[in-house]
Amino acid sequence: MAVTEARSLSDDPPAELQAELDEVWEDAPGLIGFFSSVDHKRIGMRYIYTAFAFFFVSGLTALVMRAQLATPNGNVVGPETYNELFTMHGTTMIFLFNTPVLAGFGNYLIPLQLGTRDMAFPRLNAFSYWIFLFSGLFMYSSYFFGRPPDGGWFAYVPLTGKTYTPGINMDFWGLGVIFVGVSTTVGAINFIVTIFKLRCPGMSLNRMPMFVWSMLVFSLMVIFAVPAVTLAAVLVELDRLFGTAFFNPAAGGSTLLYQHLFWFWGHPEVYILFVPATGMVSMIIPVFSRRPLSGYIWVATALVAVGFISFGVWVHHMFATGIPALALAFFSSVSLLITIPSGVQFFAWIATMWKGKVVLTTPMLFSIGFLLIFLLGGITGVMVAVLPFDWQVTDSYFVVAHFHYVLNGAVVFPIFGAIYYWMPKMTGRMLSERLGKISFWVMFIGFNVSFFPMHILGFLGMPRRVWTYGPGLGWDGLNLLSTIGGFAFGLGTGLTLVNFAWSRARGAPAGPDPWKADSLEWAISSPPPDYNFLAIPVVAGRHPLWEQQPLPTLESGDDEATRALGPSGAVARGTPVTSGIDSQPETTLTIPQETYVPLVLAIGLTAFFVGLIIDAALVGILGVGFAVLGVVWWTWRTDMDLA
Amino acid sequence: MTLLDPTRSAEPAVSEVSTDGVTRRSYSTAWWGMIVLITTEAMVFAILIAAYLFLRASSKQWPPTGTELPEVPLTLAFSLVLWGSSLPIFWAEAAIQKGNQARLRAGLLISFVMGLSFLAYTAKDFLDLHYGWRDSAYGSIFYVIVGLHGIHVVIGLAMNLVVQIKAWQAKFTAHRHTTVEVFSLYWHFVDVVWLFVMPTVFLSPHVH
Repeated sequence: MAVTEARSLSDDPPAELQAELDEVWEDAPGLIGFFSSVDHKRIGMRYIYTAFAFFFVSGLTALVMRAQLATPNGNVVGPETYNELFTMHGTTMIFLFNTPVLAGFGNYLIPLQLGTRDMAFPRLNAFSYWIFLFSGLFMYSSYFFGRPPDGGWFAYVPLTGKTYTPGINMDFWGLGVIFVGVSTTVGAINFIVTIFKLRCPGMSLNRMPMFVWSMLVFSLMVIFAVPAVTLAAVLVELDRLFGTAFFNPAAGGSTLLYQHLFWFWGHPEVYILFVPATGMVSMIIPVFSRRPLSGYIWVATALVAVGFISFGVWVHHMFATGIPALALAFFSSVSLLITIPSGVQFFAWIATMWKGKVVLTTPMLFSIGFLLIFLLGGITGVMVAVLPFDWQVTDSYFVVAHFHYVLNGAVVFPIFGAIYYWMPKMTGRMLSERLGKISFWVMFIGFNVSFFPMHILGFLGMPRRVWTYGPGLGWDGLNLLSTIGGFAFGLGTGLTLVNFAWSRARGAPAGPDPWKADSLEWAISSPPPDYNFLAIPVVAGRHPLWEQQPLPTLESGDDEATRALGPSGAVARGTPVTSGIDSQPETTLTIPQETYVPLVLAIGLTAFFVGLIIDAALVGILGVGFAVLGVVWWTWRTDMDLA
Repeated sequence: MTLLDPTRSAEPAVSEVSTDGVTRRSYSTAWWGMIVLITTEAMVFAILIAAYLFLRASSKQWPPTGTELPEVPLTLAFSLVLWGSSLPIFWAEAAIQKGNQARLRAGLLISFVMGLSFLAYTAKDFLDLHYGWRDSAYGSIFYVIVGLHGIHVVIGLAMNLVVQIKAWQAKFTAHRHTTVEVFSLYWHFVDVVWLFVMPTVFLSPHVH
């Protein structure tokens, strides 16, 4: 491989070459390009924007609930509406915000951090986005029917069976969960293959950025866990739509089976959300401590360990269901075990800051805020892993407090940090540091004021999911405090939204590397060119931009393995495929052109689910036909560029 | 770095790569994608089998009184046909690696006929049963597992058709046949998963 030292990846190429590149890479203008693009950066941004739209909608539902609970005997909403609100709030946050927003960052950042020109399957990538969007709209279309899901986000049978929920409310949930699972699974397959096969030369597994490690663990967990929730929802829908007897005890079914299926996904899911958030923190803390992450190998191992252990803890969600004592003891101890890898990560972050020189930028503030919140959420996690304690607080507000500390605090704070850290790369403009810091403090204080009192409310016996409560139970003051905190938290997130809008219009230009960071995405201009890397870089360590100045790039060779390495590879829409462990160039992947096929396939699937929900066999069959047509079309196109 | 054989013009599914004097096998992104897809599909069946055993463990009588036991001899015979249908695929793959188009087409066709006969038997078995999937949890899980596997056979056969059409158009060469390799992975998966489903659903109810 021929290496060039002199080229800077953030400079514009000569005009003639630029024209050639634009010809090959630029999406068609307007709607045509919008519906047919397969560019991972465009898709990643869409994921992030769409997920945040759901985040703010779902945040508003939370505020309505807090308004209802601010005073005893509140009458903002009735009990039915309250049920719908908490069901849609949980469902949206888990399925339509947390998972896809992480997938969005993964889509945008993984190819850049790996030094490649796109994902392994760009069309599949477009497909998974359309499925995510359509499944979200599908679930929210329930509001037009006046029948949003109302059986809780984990939709336990028999409550969600046809007997007790005869309307189509829960069908929107069940079918929607099956639907969105397609998107998550397809996305995870894409991440795994991209991470194993498209790393730039020199980036062996033990040199991958920690965010890539975390997305690899995320994807592997998705592959093994999501089938369980998909099946749970499929069996519920078979019972509901076709009258099977899986969860009907009178006909030999078992309601406990549902809980096993749901939580076999549900607990790994917590870590599916949490692991990439820690990956983000592991990228941000070293950059603003001005030193490499302490214990890289330990942190990577901890991520993998968390992935494994998380599959052995699901029964701790079912401690109160009357399961044999031996099983309870087993699942309780495994749940305690998970503190070890979490602790390893935690001390690695502290050590990095301790030995470094901390710069308190907004992303760093969010990361430190995350550490404090995660500490508390982790401690309450250990508490509820202990059986006698869990029996005391199960189904009380203590549990609500715990999972908001881990799923809101320990996931949303890193995501906001990531927004401040990576948005300048994505848009080319900085966000306001001052407004960012105000937003952080309002969010941080609001968060704790809102969720800390819920621990105490739990001890005082307030059950979760009640739509109101009587006066004189000692819950009034704490609930009011929690509501005030909730609105402050909402205001804080809104400030970041304002900051984003302001930055798009008049933020300072970011330049290629505003943070003096170490990973490859900062070697190219902001926003990155369509082809990402004019020439593929070659990496000799874990922190290429800190260790290799100037960053060496490669020239194209004349064989299959090396022809995409240099600028002529970019002109040919190629990107190198490298070996799985030590990333030696093996062959060349041609990145497919923009195409409508993913959209057609996604519309077909949507029609299938719409057909099921409105009980119209014809629509469903048409949808399947449409989807089959899409697949066949796809196969024939593939023949031309791959075979 | 020693270089690849320059005569190879496009991405082969599996190829020999030598770097620094060490020769290794290398797999295409499509091959890896299929492996991961198969992994998640295998989880679907593993979880369904676990659900089957869970439902059995929580029932007093399995299958419930009055429900006929599943048919063994005929099912076993057609299972052998299905498992056997992997052999012509191995044969076809070996053929195309040497550029033999005729044996590729023959192998695909034989496997298709074998898969189709298994599917026809499954459909007939469904029609002959005296209970439906509404009658009991036993019926529900029986139809869902066997039916889901049947859907996988249908998808495998559809993929076989696509590959066959391409084979008849002579689209594959000794070095360019990713589609064949990826399809064969899927078909082997459909066969292997039946090694677990068949004993669970058709044999285990006979054991008390």
